[in-house]
Amino acid sequence: MSRREAGDAVIEVGDLVKHYRGAPFNALDGASFLVPAGTLFCLLGPNGAGKTTTTSILTTTLAPTSGRASIAGLDVVADQAQVRREVGIVFQQPTLDVNLTAEENIRLHAVLYGCYPWRPTWRLMAGAYRRQVTELAEILGLAGWLHRPVRTLSGGTRRKLEIVRALLPQPRVLFLDEPTAGLDPQTRRGLWAYLREARAERAVTMFLTTHYLEEAEAADAVCVLAGGRVIEYGSPADIKARYSRPAHGSLEDAYLLLLDRAGGPR
Amino acid sequence: MAAIAQRDVLKLLRDRPRLAVNLAFPLFLVVGLGSLLQPTVGVVTRLNAVTIAFTGVLAATLFQSAAAGMISIVQDRETDFARVLFVSPVSRATLIAGKVCGECLVALAQAGCVLGFAVAIGVPVPGAKLPALVLACLAACLAGAGLGLATVAVLPTQRSAMDVFQFLIIPQYVLAGVLVPLRGAAPWLNVVSLAMPLRYAVDLTRAAYYAGTPGYQAAVVTSPLVDSVVTGGLAAAFLAAGGLLFSYRERTR
Repeated sequence: MSRREAGDAVIEVGDLVKHYRGAPFNALDGASFLVPAGTLFCLLGPNGAGKTTTTSILTTTLAPTSGRASIAGLDVVADQAQVRREVGIVFQQPTLDVNLTAEENIRLHAVLYGCYPWRPTWRLMAGAYRRQVTELAEILGLAGWLHRPVRTLSGGTRRKLEIVRALLPQPRVLFLDEPTAGLDPQTRRGLWAYLREARAERAVTMFLTTHYLEEAEAADAVCVLAGGRVIEYGSPADIKARYSRPAHGSLEDAYLLLLDRAGGPR
Repeated sequence: MAAIAQRDVLKLLRDRPRLAVNLAFPLFLVVGLGSLLQPTVGVVTRLNAVTIAFTGVLAATLFQSAAAGMISIVQDRETDFARVLFVSPVSRATLIAGKVCGECLVALAQAGCVLGFAVAIGVPVPGAKLPALVLACLAACLAGAGLGLATVAVLPTQRSAMDVFQFLIIPQYVLAGVLVPLRGAAPWLNVVSLAMPLRYAVDLTRAAYYAGTPGYQAAVVTSPLVDSVVTGGLAAAFLAAGGLLFSYRERTR
């Protein structure tokens, strides 16, 4: 698969440039790629490569300096409000309000996304909301934690809660910005099992940034950023075939060799 | 907007230390300093100093609480919670309006406690004055919220916002006539106090309370119409400019 061949692209990025005020160089320097609908797409790159900048632009929280980007045919600059209805995001840093309960965090999100009308308490919310939240919580093992303050939840439970929250509005694209960073292997495995199930059931496109190469191995397409530019794009198998030594070694070997050839992190 | 406002109210109700401090401080000012000032301010103005303090502290509590609450937007930004809000399909205007409503509700709840306490210690608050007092309280809230939003819009971190906020609020407690009416103040002091947004909110609250009483001339320094126009104008200007600048800075880093 090449950057330009993807049939039904849900995300299109063309010559995207971002220059932060006062920065000595461009954080993104003409990046271009496509993300086919329904795939697990992984954006890799060393620290400072431009991954978070790319995610911020695609989720409309950061304006690009130049270039174009669209989600489901909607321009991220001109059609911001519509783009936001199509995306969900699980941020790298925790974004739950620790002063609220788990359910209150979900409720706020559901109301902000127009999924359900606001009501002041759980009991007064629509029956459909309560059923949906209960079902999602049971799948993720959160059922007993729904009405407890977030500050009492473990890191893994909070991360599950963020995923439940992000998927509630049934977004077309789910952005996962290092979703398993800092979690133990058991929790990471459980989270990925749920994400695979969610992807299969909802046909949602997942846009993943991660430093865990084993997570990237499961992706349908991988795009490697370095110095704000795309230096490689393809399936994990293709990238391994092209770069790893010996041939068909690990994606990590291929990735490190690729970075080495590109000149390493900036 | 209601969901965002509810979040701010719940944050206050569940933060018991903050709740205690936010209630204790104005009550201390009303009773403690009000009583201390009775032999001086009370004698000169021929007004009850505790009542003077109550009207001033009521406006100041609303103003300060709403302003400080808006500064918590920066805390949200630093904990990335703001990104959840900003990536939602709700307009920036609605997000800011929800925050303003929430913090004003919080401020009004605190003011309600100050009012209840004042009545309990014998400050007369006739029911007929309540509608005018409520309007004055709303004006003080919105002016404070506007100042808080404008402060946050120009300052990058919570630490710098709080430092500047203290610098903006403390002089106003002194120069806005919160505990001591400005009637008869030195001319230079009067001129300086004209630059204090809280002065107009305090004066408007006193105008609502002392209307139709012999103490009106001693307690109120400016026409209520001027106070309303200035307070409302500052609220509108700060909220509009602060909201626009805050949204712009969020997207154009």
